Amino acid sequence: MSTATDAPLLELLTGFIRELRSAGLPVSLTENLDAMEAVTHIPIEDRQAFKYALGATLVKNHAHWRAFETVFEVYFSLRGREYDLVDGEWPDVDVDDGAEGRDGDGDRQGQGSGGGQGLSPEELAQMLYQALLNGDQALMRAMARQAVRRYAGMEPGRPVGGTYYLYRTLRNLDLDRVLEQLMNQVHLDAPEPLTPLEERLERDEFESRIEDLKKEVEAEIRRRLVADRGVEAMAKTLRKPLPEDVDFMHATREEMLALRRAIHPLTRKLAVRLARKRRHGRKGPLDFRSTVRHSLSYGGVPAEPKFRYPRPSKPEIMVVADISGSVAAFARFTLHLVHAISSQFSKVRSFVFIDGLDEVTSYFEGAEDISEAVHRVNTEADVVWVDGHSDYGHAFEVFWERYGRDVSPKTTVLILGDARNNYHAAQSWIVKEIEHRARHVYWLNPEPRSYWDTGDSIVSEYGIHCDGTFEVRNLRQLERFVETLV
Amino acid sequence: MTDRFDSVASVRAGLTGVDYLADDGIAGVVYLADRLDKPVLVEGPAGTGKTQLAKSVAEMAGARLIRLQCYEGLDESKALYEWNYKKQLLRIQAERNVDATWDEVEDDIFAEDFLLTRPLLEAIRSDEPVVLLIDEVDRVEVETEALLLEILSDYQVSIPELGTVEAVQIPLVFLTSNNTRELSEALKRRCLYLHIDYPDLEREKQIVLTKVPDVTDSLADQVARIVRSVRQLELKKSPSVSETLDWARTLVLLGVQHIDAETASDTVNILLKYRTDIEKALKEFSVNDDSFAAEGAGST
Repeated sequence: MSTATDAPLLELLTGFIRELRSAGLPVSLTENLDAMEAVTHIPIEDRQAFKYALGATLVKNHAHWRAFETVFEVYFSLRGREYDLVDGEWPDVDVDDGAEGRDGDGDRQGQGSGGGQGLSPEELAQMLYQALLNGDQALMRAMARQAVRRYAGMEPGRPVGGTYYLYRTLRNLDLDRVLEQLMNQVHLDAPEPLTPLEERLERDEFESRIEDLKKEVEAEIRRRLVADRGVEAMAKTLRKPLPEDVDFMHATREEMLALRRAIHPLTRKLAVRLARKRRHGRKGPLDFRSTVRHSLSYGGVPAEPKFRYPRPSKPEIMVVADISGSVAAFARFTLHLVHAISSQFSKVRSFVFIDGLDEVTSYFEGAEDISEAVHRVNTEADVVWVDGHSDYGHAFEVFWERYGRDVSPKTTVLILGDARNNYHAAQSWIVKEIEHRARHVYWLNPEPRSYWDTGDSIVSEYGIHCDGTFEVRNLRQLERFVETLV
Repeated sequence: MTDRFDSVASVRAGLTGVDYLADDGIAGVVYLADRLDKPVLVEGPAGTGKTQLAKSVAEMAGARLIRLQCYEGLDESKALYEWNYKKQLLRIQAERNVDATWDEVEDDIFAEDFLLTRPLLEAIRSDEPVVLLIDEVDRVEVETEALLLEILSDYQVSIPELGTVEAVQIPLVFLTSNNTRELSEALKRRCLYLHIDYPDLEREKQIVLTKVPDVTDSLADQVARIVRSVRQLELKKSPSVSETLDWARTLVLLGVQHIDAETASDTVNILLKYRTDIEKALKEFSVNDDSFAAEGAGST
């Protein structure tokens, strides 16, 4: 990559911002100009300051920060001294004499980097262990590069994403085992047995170091991929959805965590917004009596029309959720959200099913911690009837038999699930009956619309009896649906 | 317009000088705010020093801090300016005997003498350097945000009767938000954005060392480590920096040198404010022992 003179930098920034926009970040023209101006005030060598200057001008929502970081790493990863990609050479960090050997292990996996004899896997593991034990940043970075070189098996031009290499590298390092070793070491070193508290603290410390190491590995892989394939192609491959766009059904563990964090502020925002909407709601129909009465003060001219206060009745909600494996995450989020804003409804009742059905409303009543209640739903609810494979037909039968008479014209019924019925009987007449009796019946499906009615999915068979079927794959869609519900 | 700060490093050093430990991001954004003459929108969890940042920058720059606390129902007359109605009335009555035309009277009573300045107007009219803090801007309604826009982008206030009041000097502006609602695009676009998160281990330790008198290095280290572990739990409300400091102060007062499980559980109510959170934390830190033993036996 060329040195940073003004023109290439401008070009690079333009590409960078284009990529941010493609990743879904709303970057306006003024913000673009601000960023351009901001970087002129920052010494270009200072990578951190450069990053924060761009961040402060371009990213106005903290949830988007991660996406920004990824793009930044891709675009500017080959800049800065310590980030030089030097093949066949150690980075200029002080490494113990044992590590003086040239890198690149020349075995069948390391064809991408030059030859030369390297550390044996045992030596590598040992040094990594030392680095983690002492929290030696420089050595950790060196080891991360070494590990990638050795284990990732990266080949130029191979159309594989970074995750594949990451997985290969981490599998070989076996960091879970290393963590246990480290803990054992701590136990040995301690003069007296560790208290649970100390134990916990040590563990957290090592876990955070290992987390750092993983990041280093990831960064190294990214650097190499960028060098191989060029900036734009890489940015495209690494593009990840923003938290509000993450698909419930395919979220990684990390994304799940981010989603769980996102849901709390979301419920708070929703509640505020809904309450406000209710308060400032539209005017009701003309109140004739009141208008005439007030007209007296204008000499009988109805100059000031009066309206009735609208009294939007709070709906009563029944949530019937499939919590079998494939859609469990989605059900969890929806239950969480609906209960978190339950003050907006006159009553919320929840039912969960797989092939049997159970009412779980009581778990949420008086529970201070909704996530706790959701957890109980997953572990305690009695939802398995025969084999624990989704059977919508039977679940609906149970629902109708036990709770059908509670469905009233005030009730809105939400059915959550992918309607993958494992070829059992559909019993769609029940949905029809419910629809007759209830105010509304909505079906929320976490699958993309194009998958509906493929395989054992029979969503339209149920859907024709519902007032609406919605694709709800991410928080954004869920939020939008809940808002229309109130 | 002269620049207040030389470089990012000098901002950082300056803030350290007034006992505010900034990280790269914070110092960088403050520096840019000065260079670009833009307001800074500061977001982040409660108790991470958002308001304190504005105060410290004011102290560092030797500027006066003008604060506007936002709340639902804040309006023009509380944020920008108001006509001193009683004084105007007096003036009219006093002039009743003098032969003055309508225009003269009107010019008279809508003069600067009769203007009551509120924080925003005051900030731009002041001759001395000023740091303007608009606190908890997410509490006002979206419509009220519009009040701020003119001052944030052009540093001026338009008063219909008087004309446009332009800034004598450009103040450093900080807006803080607890993110209870999405701020409008228009507001965000005019600001630099800074998210202040919980500090990392090392910085938190330094903060404890700076802010708590008589604390030993090892105690500060332990405090920071325990707080980090507590923050990893899924809690209703994670401990904030100010709670960390309170806890450290308590421990110093109690003469604790080494935090064991018992001291921790006795004083955890300073760190955590919800009963469920406290229970969770206690459970995590005591039961952990057994579960680990079982795990260890399984894997070795």
